[in-house]
Amino acid sequence: MATVAAVIASTHHPFYYRASTSTGADRPPFADEWVAKIERFRETLTRAEPDVLVMVGSDHFHQLWLDNMPQFLVGKAPFFDANFYNEEREFGLPRMTLRGEEELAAHILREGLDRNFDLAFSNELRIDHSITCPIITLRPEADLPIVPIYTNIFAPPMPQPRRFVELGRTIRDLVESWPSDKRVAIIGTGHLSLELGGPRQFGEHGPDPEFDRKAVEWIANADIAGCLAEVTLDSLHHPGNATHGFMDFMLMMGVAGEGNRADHVDTLDLFHTMEAYFTWYPNGVPA
Amino acid sequence: MSKYLLDKFLYTIDRDPELVERYRESPAETVAWWEQEFAGKLLNCTSAERTTWLAFTDEERKALREHDYISLFTMGAHPFLTLTLFIAMFERDHGPLEYQIAYGKAMQHLSMPYPDIAT
Repeated sequence: MATVAAVIASTHHPFYYRASTSTGADRPPFADEWVAKIERFRETLTRAEPDVLVMVGSDHFHQLWLDNMPQFLVGKAPFFDANFYNEEREFGLPRMTLRGEEELAAHILREGLDRNFDLAFSNELRIDHSITCPIITLRPEADLPIVPIYTNIFAPPMPQPRRFVELGRTIRDLVESWPSDKRVAIIGTGHLSLELGGPRQFGEHGPDPEFDRKAVEWIANADIAGCLAEVTLDSLHHPGNATHGFMDFMLMMGVAGEGNRADHVDTLDLFHTMEAYFTWYPNGVPA
Repeated sequence: MSKYLLDKFLYTIDRDPELVERYRESPAETVAWWEQEFAGKLLNCTSAERTTWLAFTDEERKALREHDYISLFTMGAHPFLTLTLFIAMFERDHGPLEYQIAYGKAMQHLSMPYPDIAT
């Protein structure tokens, strides 16, 4: 069976690419510290020597629209083109093409359906920055095949937080039951407190530093019970109007498993939002 | 109220570089044209069929014509769509992040709970 080589949860900040590649007067003062943290984070994936990446993210009204909105969707295709015109325009993100791992996608779809997740699928999916940002930060060579899994954290009504956790547990089980000798890293990105298009956006810190502090503790300790005791669909409006993206972190806590302390934890307090990076090695820290 | 149609306007304008410029330069003309020609397009589906019943209210039309992102917010338009499109139209007239910061400051009088964005 396949091996889960690493479980990685991260914020996905679309400004990283431009900040890290800019020079001279264009380079923001926080860029060097940010790059150093990302390079340490990247090493945690490199050391795991993955063959395949399962990538959990969320479409930002790019391909998925309100006339036909899936809650959870698995991409099954030989290739995935990536990034859209408006991400190039606003963030300077490059166009990319990633290979797909169709066997694992088919396995997740079949077995997921049989385990009570009515997963939607796409055979022609253009992925956006929720998946390309972690490619850029964690695997800039973009050389590994992926299985993209999209969640709806964006367009209400959304699934309950506990369903994200349950889906994470299920994804972990399904990867571990994939008849393959491949090493799979499961990577998911979300947000801590975040406000977009509202009065608390683009402040000196994230909109709710107290939420962020608690959230980092929940994630670092995979404290699912503690997190579920406080976090609801309603409560997530309070830290900031885009904070439902935190549910993808809850999904990743489900992948990591209740109470399993992350092997790598790092944060960076930026303007607008806090960055946070977590890596678990379910089968031991690589040498 | 037709939050869905507001979102559809913001979404379809934002995806098309020519429409972004047209809406920036001629908002009233663009809104009228869009409602007539574009509102009934069944996106990501066959172009041969059209939706027959979608229309803006007067209040919605006015907010779109006036680039009034605060009213769009209070009417429950999806804030991500509004922000993304307005950055595309107006960030260029300002220094780095100036527009985004001013955009938030102009909404400081709004408090929780924010308007429901469910469609």
